[in-house]
Amino acid sequence: MKVELRDPNTIMKLSRLGSFHQSKLSFLRSFLSEFKDWDYNRDLFNLDKGGYGEAIYSFKKKDRVYSLVCFANKIDDEERSDRVIATKWDAAFTLYDGVPSEDDIKRLKNEVPKQEIGRLTFKELTLSRANKSVRVFNHVVKNLSEGKQPDLDLLSKVGYLYRTTAVYGSGKFGLADRFRIKNREEINGPFRLEMMLVYLVRQFTFDQVNHVAHNINPKSAVKLDNQICKNLGIGNSTGLGMAPFIVNHPTLLNNWILSRETALKKIREIKIVKNQDSELFKDCLKKSLKNITSWNTESEYQQNKIRLLLRDVKKLINHVENDFDFQSEFPFNEIYLWLEQNSCEECIEYVVSIMMEPYNDITEPLVSNMSSEEEKYFNIPTYRTVQELLEIIKIRYSNILDINFDQKENHQNFWFISKNKEEPRMADRFEEYGSELEQPLAIARDIKKLYEQLLSLKNDSTTIAQFLSLNPDLRHVVRRAFIIEKFPYSEIQDNTIGKSIVPIDMLRLKLSFFGALKFDPRSDKWLRICMFQGAPLPNELKNYDEQWVYKANN
Amino acid sequence: MRSLSEIETAVKRASRAVGFSWGISEEVGKSIRLLELFGLAGIKNLNQYYKEREIKKFENLNLISEKNIAQEAFCPITLGVSFLDQIKLIENFETIHFKNIAYPVIFLSFLSRASEIGGKKIYVKFDQYEILLNLNVNIFSNGFNKDFSNHANNVEIKFLDNQDNFADSEWNSLYKLAENTFVEESDSLKQSGAGAGLTDND
Repeated sequence: MKVELRDPNTIMKLSRLGSFHQSKLSFLRSFLSEFKDWDYNRDLFNLDKGGYGEAIYSFKKKDRVYSLVCFANKIDDEERSDRVIATKWDAAFTLYDGVPSEDDIKRLKNEVPKQEIGRLTFKELTLSRANKSVRVFNHVVKNLSEGKQPDLDLLSKVGYLYRTTAVYGSGKFGLADRFRIKNREEINGPFRLEMMLVYLVRQFTFDQVNHVAHNINPKSAVKLDNQICKNLGIGNSTGLGMAPFIVNHPTLLNNWILSRETALKKIREIKIVKNQDSELFKDCLKKSLKNITSWNTESEYQQNKIRLLLRDVKKLINHVENDFDFQSEFPFNEIYLWLEQNSCEECIEYVVSIMMEPYNDITEPLVSNMSSEEEKYFNIPTYRTVQELLEIIKIRYSNILDINFDQKENHQNFWFISKNKEEPRMADRFEEYGSELEQPLAIARDIKKLYEQLLSLKNDSTTIAQFLSLNPDLRHVVRRAFIIEKFPYSEIQDNTIGKSIVPIDMLRLKLSFFGALKFDPRSDKWLRICMFQGAPLPNELKNYDEQWVYKANN
Repeated sequence: MRSLSEIETAVKRASRAVGFSWGISEEVGKSIRLLELFGLAGIKNLNQYYKEREIKKFENLNLISEKNIAQEAFCPITLGVSFLDQIKLIENFETIHFKNIAYPVIFLSFLSRASEIGGKKIYVKFDQYEILLNLNVNIFSNGFNKDFSNHANNVEIKFLDNQDNFADSEWNSLYKLAENTFVEESDSLKQSGAGAGLTDND
């Protein structure tokens, strides 16, 4: 049986993209899989009694070394902020390419804590900073110093000791450009070095909390239990800065989604499912209930989604246990079709992720397809004709063409770059000033404009070169239309400037591919998440349970 | 040192700020990134050009022919984008002449990309400079490490046919040396040394 890939007009809608969950294709999981054989080491741990100072952690294999350089700083409580406008953080980090010399550390000590206003070099690969969850950190320190383990309920509610507020890579602030390192086999997957940074930061937070507790009371302090450590991740606060990325990298977006869709298609096409595979699927599904019930958020929007998810996953478990025969042919296809009829979007995508769990042979080859040589697709094929472009638009943007952009609510918002922090923001076009400096992120509106302009031409055989010479303002969307011709999942099939847009859907999409858990919207424009919660500790990497995601709290 | 990613982003935004469309600005970002990668003064020239553009008018050329003359000076960006867009048409011209191009080094970056799209090396001559654009892999010039002028009076462009840079005799001589790594086959080696190919000639 041949199953078709799912329709981009369904999958690339914001509400669907905003329902995506982590999977075996997620970058933090593929990072762990790639680096499990590398030698992990803590090379330097030079903190004072209060936990302030420097530390270095590394992964090494043959001649290649990646070193996380950490700087822990003392800051006042009122200086601590997760907003990107902050200028001080509890800790700052960079991932160094190789082993940093003393001079390097001295240089980095001066630059890394400054973050955006510091300058890095091509020897540094990623940059980040993080703040303590003061409530949790202090609680853990207090208990450990008194010889006790911390309150698990509190830890479970928060899920981490520190949260990062930004992770930068790919040439930002002088960091190495991607092209310098792209041919390294071990980082043949998106954001792998960013994942490494976050993973090593997590270990730093455990070491720091143990160190501080020990120094308070050296005689009676105990170390944080390893199992508790495993159930802690790293938090992250993410705002709109992340949203334009998925618009600005269409071929990369396509490759992420296409890999996921290909995995689903192949799984639905499995005629006979082995017993061990169906048991693994059912086991993950059942154990994942705890992930849902321990998912805390004050957001009504997300609470509602969680409620529906829990209801529908329970319904599916009941269906699979009582009404379903895994011995039947194409059982995963049957389950998928059942989900489409009986579940919310959040649940459909949740289960799609779990379906991948038994199938390393399907997912592993796809992981290496998730990067993109974006430069290859930049040039516009200007020798082609207006007629061809019209056809592409009609086929690939059919739903977009139905949007009426003359209506105020369909172009209510605009995206801009803030002068203060050089970060993307969104505002109401009719209430705020600055829309004349709008960023080119209103793809749906501009595609519609392009379509109407093309329709107005008398001669269909006009070349794109001729068209562009008269319509330079539409060049950016002409480029995109020729990209989507080859990459059907490269475009969000929705309006990114409408009144009803929920920008966190865009963040959620990207974060799900990172492998984030426990999306916690704090407004419609920013959210908190947790990464690596339940993941193996560095000294366990050589032999770990691949389904750790679904066993975090068990 | 600024990363190429920073350069591309800043150039794109600056180009938009001086009035180019986002699509054209993306092209300028890519092109200046290339110049800087190849060690040519892209940022410096672009900066000067955008300053001069505030007080002076430059001509846009949208349709390129074999002879192109500007009364003032051609905008190197519009000219570069037109060259890129019309490459399939103009690569058939034997030589293309331009009179008056502002900041020709900016134009060079577009020619370099055109060389890759067209699949042909491009030879450019202006003032005392001779430049070879090698399929966007590199830019070879006798003007390396010198400041290109901010104006070129006469520019001549030729698409070079894809042909060897050496004579047949030079190739044969080298190939003869290479043959010294081969083993002379005996009759038995001819029978046993190969895998497929001996019996499939039917």
